[in-house]
Amino acid sequence: MDHTANEMMTIAAARPLRNEDVCFVGIGAPSAACNLARLTHAPDITLIYESGTIGTKPDILPLSIGDGELCDTALTTVPVPEMFRYWLQGGRVTLGFLGGAQIDRFANLNTTVVGPYDAPKVRLPGGGGAPEIASSCGEIFITMALSPRGFVDGLDFITSTGHGEGGDHRQRLGMKTKGPTKVITDMCIMEPDPETKELTVVSIHPGVTREQITEACGWPIRFAGEVVDTPAPTAEELTTLRDLQERTRRAHAA
Amino acid sequence: MARLTSLAEAIEENVRDGDSVTMEGFTHLIPFAAGHEVIRQQRKHLTLYRMTPDLIYDQMIGMGCADKLVFSWGGNPGVGSLHRLRDAVERGWPHQLEIEEHSHAAMANAYDAGAANLPFAMFRGYIGADLAKVNPNIRQITCPFTGETLAAVPAIRPDVAIIHALKADKKGNVLLEGIVGVQKEAVLAAKRSVVTVEEIVEDLGAVSPNAIILPTWTVTAIAEVPGGAHPSYAHGYYKRDNAYYKAWDPIARERDTFLAWMKDNVLDKGPDAYARYARGA
Repeated sequence: MDHTANEMMTIAAARPLRNEDVCFVGIGAPSAACNLARLTHAPDITLIYESGTIGTKPDILPLSIGDGELCDTALTTVPVPEMFRYWLQGGRVTLGFLGGAQIDRFANLNTTVVGPYDAPKVRLPGGGGAPEIASSCGEIFITMALSPRGFVDGLDFITSTGHGEGGDHRQRLGMKTKGPTKVITDMCIMEPDPETKELTVVSIHPGVTREQITEACGWPIRFAGEVVDTPAPTAEELTTLRDLQERTRRAHAA
Repeated sequence: MARLTSLAEAIEENVRDGDSVTMEGFTHLIPFAAGHEVIRQQRKHLTLYRMTPDLIYDQMIGMGCADKLVFSWGGNPGVGSLHRLRDAVERGWPHQLEIEEHSHAAMANAYDAGAANLPFAMFRGYIGADLAKVNPNIRQITCPFTGETLAAVPAIRPDVAIIHALKADKKGNVLLEGIVGVQKEAVLAAKRSVVTVEEIVEDLGAVSPNAIILPTWTVTAIAEVPGGAHPSYAHGYYKRDNAYYKAWDPIARERDTFLAWMKDNVLDKGPDAYARYARGA
């Protein structure tokens, strides 16, 4: 089956999710990946949205983090202060899945402003739950399309901390969690170098070349010593994703 | 005891120019009808608190009600920008808007601290985050027992909290279910509160012993406004109008289309206009 780059990104982002994960889900691309994982290889994954819904199993993708579908299908729904205090800060979440507007080579994210904070060129929505998701979850996956505007050589604003200035900076800031361990794009998968924590390409999606990746990344991207080919989407993955998106489209148009 | 009244009177009596106002509801139960009444009554110089400003604050900011916004995520969920908020921040239209920006964890903790009658909230947050550099209300505190450095923000203690709930009984006890957000905390943190409800019933009936109930003596005024959360939603009554959230994007992009829409749909209408969104309508 033919697939789009965006479908490949969602499927590649779904694959590393584990059945035993307790996953704090960001809206948009992360939500699609997390629910695809739940509908394929990880049926028992616990999905948590910051609206307070724990163990939710939506039949369609929510447009917002608080759609009724999330509450209707959740194991339980808790107040928002409790969500952030007991569950996130309490260390109960193994994995946080974030998107972003901009990312740098150490997987720090900016969703706040482009340009100076007091006189922004572009005012973005802001951090929401991300600053504390980034520090409190056991580890972080990030998914966003690879482009020079998104993958930039230096951020104007750090909304949520990845590996800071690289190396052991996270530990020096007092964080005990792993931080970003995977960045899944529409062209490749990146992981932080074990020592420097700089993002490096570890897997390339079908039909994509190293040159295309280099051109689409705003900093001189490095490739790991051993780079593998991302397996193409299976028929089951593609069909499940397309069915989910079609159900979602119909529901949101209604 | 809460006073059962009309929406217009509830806003008239409880929201004053220059007040600090919180209108909460986390995606669910956003008090749109009450916000529109504040716009119709032309309240000015408000300091608005809300974790996610959503379309209701986009509309209030665009209509010039606010001098300051305290928030933690300012987008149209799943759609894109809040264009009126951006126009105010980037170009000062209709006038300059001061912003104080936090994370969700900070605001949720700050409401909790307000309800608990504490001066500030403490949590493990903002580590390495640049918001701490641009917002002087984000500070640090050292744990006296372990020496750990933690984040501190002031408690939220607004003049008035406005929420939408499912039901109230004739005595003014208020029921919330579903995604309950920070509304209980917001009401208990505020000096006064206005609650709109889908329906006022004789008796709340058989609810779970753990349902969220705001006793009548914690609420100032209650108005029955069926459909009053639309295009947000009311659990068990009607669904979120996702198509409306998408349609808002082109309306809000330009000042002219925005103002025309507000005239037709808010200024020239009243709370009754929501009835068509209510259950069974």
